[in-house]
Amino acid sequence: MSLDKILVIALGSFGIVFTYWFFLLRKEKKEVAVKNEVDIAVEGGYNPQVISIPKGKTTKINFFRKDSSTCLEEVVLSDFKIRKYLPLGKKVTVELNPQKEGEYPFECGMNMFHGKVIVR
Amino acid sequence: MITKTFSIKGMHCASCVRLIEKAVGKLGGVESCNVNLATERATVTYNPKQVSDEDLSSAVSSVGYSVMEEVDEDREKKEKEAELNKLRIKVVVSLFLGGLIVWGSFPGLMETAPQILRNFFVQLLLATPVQFWAGLSFYQATIPALKNRTANMDTLVALGTTVAYTYSVIVTFFPKVIMQTGIEPEAYFDVATIIIGLILLGRFFEARAKMGTSEAIKKLIGLQAKTARVVRDNKEVDIPIEQVVVGDVIRVRPGEKIPVDGMILEGESAVDESMVTGESVPVDKKIDDSVVGATMNKTGTFTYKATKVGKDTMLSQIIKLVSDAQGSKAPIQRIADLIASYFVPIVIMLAILTFVVWYVFGPQPAFLFAMLNAIAVLIIACPCAMGLATPTAIMVGTGIGAEHGILIKDAQSLETAHRVNTIIFDKTGTLTQGKPEVTNIKPLNKSFGADEILRLASSLEKGSEHSLAEPIVKKAQEKKLKPEKVMQFGAVPGQGIEGLIGGEKVVLGNRKLMEKEKINIEEYGKEIEGLENEGKTVMMLGIKNNLVGLIAVADIVKESAKEAVSKLKKMGIETVMITGDNEKTARAIARQVGIDRVLAEVLPSQKEAEVRRIQQEGKSVAMVGDGINDAPALAAADIGMAMGSGTDVAIEAADITLVNKDLQSIASAIALSKKTMKTIKMNLVWAFGYNIILIPVAMGVLYPVFGVLLNPIFASAAMALSSISVVGNSLLLKKVRI
Repeated sequence: MSLDKILVIALGSFGIVFTYWFFLLRKEKKEVAVKNEVDIAVEGGYNPQVISIPKGKTTKINFFRKDSSTCLEEVVLSDFKIRKYLPLGKKVTVELNPQKEGEYPFECGMNMFHGKVIVR
Repeated sequence: MITKTFSIKGMHCASCVRLIEKAVGKLGGVESCNVNLATERATVTYNPKQVSDEDLSSAVSSVGYSVMEEVDEDREKKEKEAELNKLRIKVVVSLFLGGLIVWGSFPGLMETAPQILRNFFVQLLLATPVQFWAGLSFYQATIPALKNRTANMDTLVALGTTVAYTYSVIVTFFPKVIMQTGIEPEAYFDVATIIIGLILLGRFFEARAKMGTSEAIKKLIGLQAKTARVVRDNKEVDIPIEQVVVGDVIRVRPGEKIPVDGMILEGESAVDESMVTGESVPVDKKIDDSVVGATMNKTGTFTYKATKVGKDTMLSQIIKLVSDAQGSKAPIQRIADLIASYFVPIVIMLAILTFVVWYVFGPQPAFLFAMLNAIAVLIIACPCAMGLATPTAIMVGTGIGAEHGILIKDAQSLETAHRVNTIIFDKTGTLTQGKPEVTNIKPLNKSFGADEILRLASSLEKGSEHSLAEPIVKKAQEKKLKPEKVMQFGAVPGQGIEGLIGGEKVVLGNRKLMEKEKINIEEYGKEIEGLENEGKTVMMLGIKNNLVGLIAVADIVKESAKEAVSKLKKMGIETVMITGDNEKTARAIARQVGIDRVLAEVLPSQKEAEVRRIQQEGKSVAMVGDGINDAPALAAADIGMAMGSGTDVAIEAADITLVNKDLQSIASAIALSKKTMKTIKMNLVWAFGYNIILIPVAMGVLYPVFGVLLNPIFASAAMALSSISVVGNSLLLKKVRI
């Protein structure tokens, strides 16, 4: 086998392992504790990605989409029955008043990007 | 001067209104500020040069309230259209420039092209704006996503086109280097540009189609009247609907929209309620009848008192319910969710694998085969179709429901309803009108006609408080029969009533009373039994120890009941009736309607247990009731269906609310659920099947046997078509007749 082929096999194997590690073995981001209100930037995902909010209180979550990808044009908090269109560069507020503790994921309209609301 | 309406949070009394109006009115440049407590909205007219939205917001905050956002129902549409327009320009430019490059580089076509187009430098010039202007959004999405260690559809397109573009740039500037590796120097600018053009084109159509999926909500919002003609200080004034408060007296003329919910004070008319309830025939309305906002007044003029405004109106409740349902997730989506989270990284790994395998084992020029096939894998993969498969169908399905007066609480209810194989009807008020009426008057003696019997019976019943007295008295009033004076009136508990009319003893009651009075009824036994077998309660009228007539009273079965039950049976659904009535009456009614199974003499508190008992037989049960008296039974059933208005109580208790109160809508709701689920399943099969079949084809599995490879340009066309077809299939649901 020629050297270039060996090199391609080696680099390819590294590429596959790297892709696996990079995307699938990433650790969940640390949660951000929110009291009353939080701004979540929507750009290649959600930042902060994981927030914790108090039970039985109204918390405002302001989504601000900076990313032109149509993938992120909607945010869905299905446990709270919320599907909101996020216009580019405009703040969209969602109010949550959860009555039960637990973890509630949210995602973009096509379910490619994910975030989480933890209710304590 | 401009006028904007803002929604305001935190108000709870009239003084809040004044406080906000004062705080905002104080600002220089504000001409007027009207705050409406009921709708929680402030309408401000101001000069935007002197005062900004932020100034208004901080003025409101300074007195302790918060401005939520500007209320503009059209905003979303306008913004989406603006984004679509930008996309359209990008599509046209990239396909035009890409087309020129294809002309200058595609074998068989390039020979006809002017020499200048065959020049790689010219192609580079044409391709660069496509790559970095039209394709900018792919990079803009990819870079922050990579920072978060996530990837999506855009990542795949950015990767694939960047590889093709970069290789072509190298070929353009360093053709000799490429030639040294034994490869003919050939640029692939056409691949990069056409992929971008086609994928953007796909997005354009997809976005247009997606706007169609949420049309139902927009239609509902559009129903809202803009103004109301309110009577204030004896004068009629037109005011914006936001300023109508509970208690306002509103005048509605023929052909006008009824602005808010209320009750008629004066006048009568026919009202077309089809837009809200799906009921196609105009409903007659008179004094004390309720009217629903956003419905259309047809013939008469009337005034009515506003009872519900703003977010409390039936229309607002319906809008909220539909939009909630569209935000919820169907359980069937879970599998798509799971796969979506691994999909893009797996595709990237497969693309790398494809490159390696083709490079090591493929024919010459191995590098070109490896590169083009890896790009094809990146481009053909379509995670979007999987993500769109369920929500788009749910959005269309719940929207169609709302148009037909079928309000579905959430996606889960829509999904569960398709499995229902048993329907339990609450009898009173659901299968029947819930109001007993006189159904038969049978004279048995030639000297007493039907009217005379009714007149005598109603004269006696006037003094009675029994539930069966009301329909008899009402019937006599309808016929304008004058009651006789009754002396020595008396009620015999459990038997009937008696009294003296014109000095003669008149009795009205059941068999026991006749026995007591020694009136022989044997001669008419068959007639009496016949009526009883029809589920009616028979009352006998005796005068001077002779039976002179029979009056039958029954809770009349709704006209649509029989057809509704037969429709359900045709769908293979077992029908059950639950009632507190005795077995005989219950069976008689069940026979009339065609119900399979009867649960009689069930106390209201036992209904829930009966529902659970049927569920234990392995049945998937829908319970149909009014949503108010049978809330526990509705909640216990797999699907609770309330026949009622869009009131809070009914909506809370039920999974599906039939605002049109039409029993036939039960079958429609189940049919809608079945059709929506079929669409979702088709979408999922398509979305998964597409990826499962075409990714291996792009990798080149067909090459060794058939010599088939997938050109990256065709891959991009297939990918664009894939998401459009999923959204398109969901939109086809709109054509379904339910």
